[in-house]
Amino acid sequence: MSVSSQAPWMGAVQRLALLVGGTVLTLVVLLLLTGHDPAIALRALVRGAVGSWYALTSATLVRAIPLALTGLCVALAFRAGLLNIGAEGQLLMGAAAGTAVLTALGASLGAFALPLALLSGVIAGAAWAGVAALLRQRFGVLEVISTIMLNFVALYTVGWLVRGPLQEPTGIYPQSASLPKAVQLPLLWTGTRLHVGLVLAVLFAVGLWWWQGRTASGFRLRAVGQNPHAAATIGRIDVARVSVLAFLASGALAGLAGTVELTGVTFALYENLSPGYGYTAIAVALLARLHPLGVLGTAVLFGALQAGGNAMQRDAAVPIALVNVVEALLILLVIAGDRLGAARRATA
Amino acid sequence: MITPLDDFLAATVRTATPLALAALGECITERSGVINIGLEGAIICGAFGATIAAGAVAATAGAPLGLTAGFVIGAAAGAAIALLFALFTVWWRADQIITGTAITLFSLGLTGLLYKTVYGATGVGLTLPTLNASAIPGLSALPVIGRALFAQPVITYALYLFVPWLAWWFARTHAGLALRATGESPDAALAAGISPRRVQLLATVAGGTLAGLAGATLVLAQSGTFVEGMSAGKGFIAIAIVVLGRWSPRGVAAAALLFGGASALQYLFQSLGWTGVPYQLFLALPYVLTLLVLARASARSRAPAALARRELTLS
Repeated sequence: MSVSSQAPWMGAVQRLALLVGGTVLTLVVLLLLTGHDPAIALRALVRGAVGSWYALTSATLVRAIPLALTGLCVALAFRAGLLNIGAEGQLLMGAAAGTAVLTALGASLGAFALPLALLSGVIAGAAWAGVAALLRQRFGVLEVISTIMLNFVALYTVGWLVRGPLQEPTGIYPQSASLPKAVQLPLLWTGTRLHVGLVLAVLFAVGLWWWQGRTASGFRLRAVGQNPHAAATIGRIDVARVSVLAFLASGALAGLAGTVELTGVTFALYENLSPGYGYTAIAVALLARLHPLGVLGTAVLFGALQAGGNAMQRDAAVPIALVNVVEALLILLVIAGDRLGAARRATA
Repeated sequence: MITPLDDFLAATVRTATPLALAALGECITERSGVINIGLEGAIICGAFGATIAAGAVAATAGAPLGLTAGFVIGAAAGAAIALLFALFTVWWRADQIITGTAITLFSLGLTGLLYKTVYGATGVGLTLPTLNASAIPGLSALPVIGRALFAQPVITYALYLFVPWLAWWFARTHAGLALRATGESPDAALAAGISPRRVQLLATVAGGTLAGLAGATLVLAQSGTFVEGMSAGKGFIAIAIVVLGRWSPRGVAAAALLFGGASALQYLFQSLGWTGVPYQLFLALPYVLTLLVLARASARSRAPAALARRELTLS
């Protein structure tokens, strides 16, 4: 490959083009296999994702926000060698904490209500990830399993909260009371649903990119992720400390995604608050090769895919599950490509 | 007279059956040095394969043949998804955990997509034969344990035979030794003329077959229908069961009973009329138990030495 002789951004552009091409190809194959007309379905998908200013901002980019934040959560953890599959549960706990703070104290906090709610989401997400971090560090529990178990526990916790302590006043619907306008995230553009969460996501992506590449602690994180043994013996790095902190920071990002989704999109807590953002986040992170800026790109791609998937379901009767299959297939294709590439390099 | 305790014990064994099937499968796979995190995917594919086959065959050839077809195709579907996992991890030596996660997501999406494609959005027209409990005369009349152990579907009885057989197979047969040798030291196995790659491939597919059977059991012997995502983390719970059972068939079976009991508690409290406790607490209990069990068992038990190792002698 001659990528190395080109400017670095050329490689990223090539990869993005390859990714979009691969996405369209897998979509077409799956549509044909399930007996749908690809032309009609893809037209609906494009229209729903980028067909208008409203579709681009209020469908695609609004979905890209939680995907970017949870994608950063997964990318940060994976970079540190932690397979945090628990973004979904951490997101839900973040949303639950935000709801609790706003319902209990919302009126008395005034202008501080929204920042404090976001902070509570960060803390709740970190705490939920902290359970898995503790189990891993102290007892050697595989974090893949513990985080998935915690996802289910979080789901049932929210299920209980919205039928118990946090249920709306009439006690009829399994959801919390709607948030008043004062504690909703401001919109970026009037007439759309795009909120300032987008700015937060971009800030965190740039911040993480700078931190991982330019600071000593960022370097320690990558060293631990690549080879914890070498990091400990040669680099004299406190691997346990770096791992736990990375796990907490990862959970904090997903928790923030939860409160941002709550205060920017749903305005109430309920069980189906997230259509699996925390799981799609794994594809977002892996396809961005764990690069924080790349996560922004893949988050928009998957946001478009989800927004377009909804339009496909509505206008072309294609089940939205097809989009999930595309996401998983893309992960598998990337893994296969990596392994085959490694094998080719080994024999060359 | 049937007491709430009888019901609870019977529900324990019933819920433990698919968990035990999947966990025994994972036990075989892990003893060869491969951890199949995609077990959940094999379960849901098995459940869906069983749904399709049992529904189609029962409609034309009657319920008994439909059930047989359901279990066979369910097992085959589980084996197929495990083969895909093995292609990535055993053949290409890709990371077992990331691949397994992707396989799980793929299977959950694929079964959801196919379910909607075949049955439409509502699932109407889905009628399935069910494998009912067949009580063993005499034994099922025993006090306390009679109904729990001997008034169950045939697949549960099959487990009573399979668990000791598997223990014997691990310990006493040449193939079982080859499997364990591969899981402990692939290099030594290779030196002894065993192909680690072949052993791991077969062990992974065997594990997927049992997980597929677990999925078929969920549909045909328990819920009587297919629901998207009905595996509900059972694959991951099964992996925890293997750790708790210390990679031995009898230990795994006992651990599965513990988890069956945790899931069945909700029925017990329902029949006792404990309405003050939120039901979500019981739903969350198996997952919390998994965390507690892993915390206690992971630190103290020893996994196969080469588990999840990627660098393997390639032959």
